[in-house]
Amino acid sequence: MPFIPHTQADIEKMLAEIGVNSINDLFAEIPANLRTGSLQKIPAGVTEMELTREMQTRAAQNDQGLCFIGAGAYEHHIPAAVWDIVSRGEFMTAYTPYQAEASQGTLQLIYEYQSMIAALTGMDASNASLYDGASAVAEAVLMAVRSNRHAKSRRILVPATLNPFYRQTIDAVVRTQAIELIELPYSEKGGNTLLEAVEKYNGQDIAAIIIPQPNFFGVLEEVDALTDWAKARNIFVIAVVNPTTLALLKEPGAWGKSGADVVCGEGQPLGVPLASGGPYFGFLACKKEYVRQMPGRIVGRTIDLEGKPGFALTLQAREQHIRRSKATSNICTNQGLLVTAATIYMSILGPDGLRRVAAASHANTRALVEKLTSIKGVELAFNRLFFHEVVLRFNKPVHEVLAQLNKAGIQGGFALTDDYPQLGQALLVCATETKNEKDLELYKEQLQKILK
Amino acid sequence: MSNIPSELKYTSSHEWARLEDDGTVTVGITDHAQNLLGDVVFAELPEVDAEIEGGGEAGVVESVKAASDIYAPISGTITAVNESLLDNPALINSDPYGEGWMFKLQPHDEDDLEELLDAETYTDQVASEEH
Repeated sequence: MPFIPHTQADIEKMLAEIGVNSINDLFAEIPANLRTGSLQKIPAGVTEMELTREMQTRAAQNDQGLCFIGAGAYEHHIPAAVWDIVSRGEFMTAYTPYQAEASQGTLQLIYEYQSMIAALTGMDASNASLYDGASAVAEAVLMAVRSNRHAKSRRILVPATLNPFYRQTIDAVVRTQAIELIELPYSEKGGNTLLEAVEKYNGQDIAAIIIPQPNFFGVLEEVDALTDWAKARNIFVIAVVNPTTLALLKEPGAWGKSGADVVCGEGQPLGVPLASGGPYFGFLACKKEYVRQMPGRIVGRTIDLEGKPGFALTLQAREQHIRRSKATSNICTNQGLLVTAATIYMSILGPDGLRRVAAASHANTRALVEKLTSIKGVELAFNRLFFHEVVLRFNKPVHEVLAQLNKAGIQGGFALTDDYPQLGQALLVCATETKNEKDLELYKEQLQKILK
Repeated sequence: MSNIPSELKYTSSHEWARLEDDGTVTVGITDHAQNLLGDVVFAELPEVDAEIEGGGEAGVVESVKAASDIYAPISGTITAVNESLLDNPALINSDPYGEGWMFKLQPHDEDDLEELLDAETYTDQVASEEH
């Protein structure tokens, strides 16, 4: 598909054909006050050489430091082979396949990805991915409202322990769709959602509940009890999980007696490097009975006329090019490149490798907690089990502590003072498998100095 | 030429309606509609006990090439849905006026049926669409 810019002669010929004097005349109906005019803040172009120099200067200002920030995006080791393979032209330059079935390689890769996500989450089917974890949760909420035919209401129970960024995104997406979000409080002691908090809604018409595991505080929720409570009342269960942790924790398909209905989350931990704002990808998987309510693209395996195996986009009647305004979602694309990275990452690690990453991250976080809480003025905020992230409370303003740690090359964590002011001077800290004993010890030494 | 039984009532959106002896009305899509859709692969049916307005959405029929909403011909309460379509939606193709029925409703007002098209008028509509 060649893309050839029009020459001035082409443009003039086309304008003459339609009887218009200039391209600007085509926009005449847009009022002058709505036009941007010239872009005065955009500087003139520079040469490649000058630009390279400028970017190198700026890159040198980056101080990577030691990152102990999680809060939804996690630093994991990515085997060199992952992005080496992803960078191949066949993957790197391919956009979402419009003539889908002519792109068998892309479709097969997505099919393998879907199979891996379905296995990891314990669900029957996965889509080809969504934009990010937050939008995946918002889509899961919409899916729940469409799927739950028992509930007449559009009320969703959302734990305060769900990532606050996800809660903002859900609110932005569903606010105008007459969906009511009800916040569930968390236990001050455990940092988890108590069964008592949901039992207040016994007998009420609720469409769905969101259950994060681990939750934003890194704390493990009582997923079995919460799922059973919900399923006994025909409440749709949305599991929001970190894919790395599924190597060790029970998959949502096995939560409680009947499992979660839809599982979603942020795919970044699977081979996607940390970057400010992404791009990351969201994953979403569900039980078979809900596939027709699933947003996004789905690749299926089939056989052709000669009986040979092949891959095809399937269940497309959900999508907006067929369903128009009744489509399940306005998302008709997927994060192809990042899904490619995740698929290669998962296949290189295998179930055992992923298990070791999860276990090492958990062990490092435990070791870090032990070291840091041995310092006077630092305490663990919650008493429940955690995965690879934990809330610590300081006797000093947390932003000051972070600023000083930063000077020592340590990104100490995510301050919770804005999102959870009631927790006091609280910091969310994470140590993945990328940290070693020396790193943890350095954090302890520096913190000791600061809090002295 | 489509099969358009003379004893049924029709809508311009290609549903048929039949008043049963027990006072309920059985609804499906016409032979002409199933022909246009092609092989039906999925049928989404209304909930039993749901109250539906005449002309309101009552379900979806999905074929290999399109998805179409199904509308209630008249207002009423859904009393039954054809569960066998969930496993075998192709019944809509093979027997649209028989085993391919979609749902039954208890009309709020039986006289509403009089507002629907008779076979002759529907035949004319189909004929004009085919030109």
